Amino acid sequence: MTTQTKSDDLGVHAVKPKLWQLRLYVAGQSPKSVTAFANLKRLCEEHLAGEFEIEVIDLVENPRLAKEDQIVAIPTLVRHLPHPIRKIIGDLSDTERTLVGLQLRASNK
Amino acid sequence: MTKTVTKHKASPEASLPKCATGIQGLDEITGGGLPKGRTALVCGGPGCGKTLMSIEFLVRGAMLHNEPGVFLAFEETAEELAQNVRSLGFDLDELVEKKKLAVDYIYIERSEIEETGEYDLEGLFIRLGHAIDSIGAKRVVLDTLETLFSGLSNVAILRSELRRLFRWLKEKGVTSIITAERGEGSLTRHGMEEYVSDCVLLLDHRVEGQITTRRLRVVKYRGSAHATNEFPFLIDEGGLSVLPITSLQLQHKASIKRVSSGVPALDAMLGGQGFFRGSSVMVSGTAGVGKTSLACHAADACCQRGERCLYFAFEESEAQQLRNMRSIGLDLEPWVKKGLLRFQVARPTVNGLEMHLGSIHKQVEAFQPHLVIVDPITSFLSSGTDAEATSMMVRLVDFLKSRQITAFLTSLNHAGSNVEQTNLMISSLIDTWLHLRDIELNGERNRGLYILKSRGMAHSNQIREFLLTEKGVQLTEVYLGPEGVLTGSSRLAQEATATATAVQRGMEIERKRGELARRQQGMEAQIAVLQWQFQTDKEEMEQDIANEQAYLEKLNQSRHEMARSRKADSNGLQASSKLQAPPKKGHK
Repeated sequence: MTTQTKSDDLGVHAVKPKLWQLRLYVAGQSPKSVTAFANLKRLCEEHLAGEFEIEVIDLVENPRLAKEDQIVAIPTLVRHLPHPIRKIIGDLSDTERTLVGLQLRASNK
Repeated sequence: MTKTVTKHKASPEASLPKCATGIQGLDEITGGGLPKGRTALVCGGPGCGKTLMSIEFLVRGAMLHNEPGVFLAFEETAEELAQNVRSLGFDLDELVEKKKLAVDYIYIERSEIEETGEYDLEGLFIRLGHAIDSIGAKRVVLDTLETLFSGLSNVAILRSELRRLFRWLKEKGVTSIITAERGEGSLTRHGMEEYVSDCVLLLDHRVEGQITTRRLRVVKYRGSAHATNEFPFLIDEGGLSVLPITSLQLQHKASIKRVSSGVPALDAMLGGQGFFRGSSVMVSGTAGVGKTSLACHAADACCQRGERCLYFAFEESEAQQLRNMRSIGLDLEPWVKKGLLRFQVARPTVNGLEMHLGSIHKQVEAFQPHLVIVDPITSFLSSGTDAEATSMMVRLVDFLKSRQITAFLTSLNHAGSNVEQTNLMISSLIDTWLHLRDIELNGERNRGLYILKSRGMAHSNQIREFLLTEKGVQLTEVYLGPEGVLTGSSRLAQEATATATAVQRGMEIERKRGELARRQQGMEAQIAVLQWQFQTDKEEMEQDIANEQAYLEKLNQSRHEMARSRKADSNGLQASSKLQAPPKKGHK
């Protein structure tokens, strides 16, 4: 059902649950989706090396899954862990805001 | 707008296919429903019934037209929605189970969401598309799409995505409704009418004098003729119903059949046969003159014919009315039990006029009565202005006439007011107008009834005294004296006097007759005596004549004999004997 990115360079290990569980909802290989994925990968490697797990869900293939996380906008990044759930929509090109959204940085702007 | 209408009138079906909503009345005023395969906008303030209307559009579509529907809710969860419409008799869960309906709840919480960079609403499209495809939906409702504006901050993206959404819906070929909150000075708060240009319905919820009336108006319907008025609509246990009663016209049929008023003497006054079927009858009068009793008689007569009667009572409860009518010998309860008579009891202030009209409309549709009684119509004045009440009555009477239902209305006049002025100005609508009035005389208050008018039939011009007896309403003759009509004890006194006089006169006549007879007898006796005398004289005289003749013959004979013996000339003898015969009488 879900497409788990298991490439080693992402630092994903399926053995034990990571502290950061992220889910990225995309719709096919749209430019925005591709950009978002690239941005997310870069960001996680920079700030959460080895502590994260990314699940990419393609809604074109699995439209049913959109309901679970109340997805309206594409792309949407959902932080499942740590709690509480946070959603970040957009292609994550604004690194600063993405970090705020993931609560990796206090919103002091 | 009229230009568009005429342009498309040539072939409305070909140019604009419609999707019947199945909502009572809405299809009538939109000329068949919403534009098929397009998007319609339903807007209005909070609590005006947008969600309800759109959900009914789907439920009716699924149940009546076998068109499955998708409900995309932005404000309520599927459970809440199902709960909310259960009171209207819609079972959403069952429809979902049968794959006739799909409900998806979309929840956007701004505080949970951070926006970074470019995005689109593909997620919404995918969800909607998935829902549509999973049940083969033909109808879609988005309620309320504008929630997106409060959840997402990038208005530019939103607007372009909305435009894309409506195009996409059109491509999908689904008939859709989007709802939107009414804005200040515009139809919708976020200008949704920009995107939806095919059909716009405006719902309204107005309070006048603490009474609320729901109204619907077709603001816009591109490429189709539609009614432009505001129509009242109801939301009740049967769902939503729009009442296209404002559009009735004077085209009703006129029946020549007559129905009894239930009071034989009144029927006699109305040309002997009672009211026309399908006509409007009004009974006016001050308080306590017997309007309701007359109405109940009409109801009783109706039920006796085996027809149904719907009684709208605005002053008395059903039980009270039944009890009271029993006191004048009218037992209506069996009719109620048989289902021929139905009472609808409500205080006039419970609803606005439009709602009253609406509920009357609905109940008439449901019960299909032959006679409708509204008792009294004047109570509507308390829930609206005179002008509104008049307009309502016009529509009520028109509506009933169009159904060929006899309307029996009672109208309460205030003592001392002018009859023609106090009847909601609807006198021109009334076919038969009976007026009951108090006649106060000699310290008594009595009731008089007369026919003010009765179209199309010969009718009595007489004022009758109206009596409420144990055997129901009775009409008696009244006396016209020098002081006006005599009623009550004056009438009784007059009646007694008249009876006495009549008796006296009768005796006189008898006496005269007797005398005449006696005289005749006397005369006849005299005639008999005279006749007898005459007869005696006649006989005597005839005897004399016979004697004389016999003597003459004898004389002649003896002459002849004498002549023969003397051998006289026979001629001379004959002459002399004839001349001399009488004087010789004594010589015999």
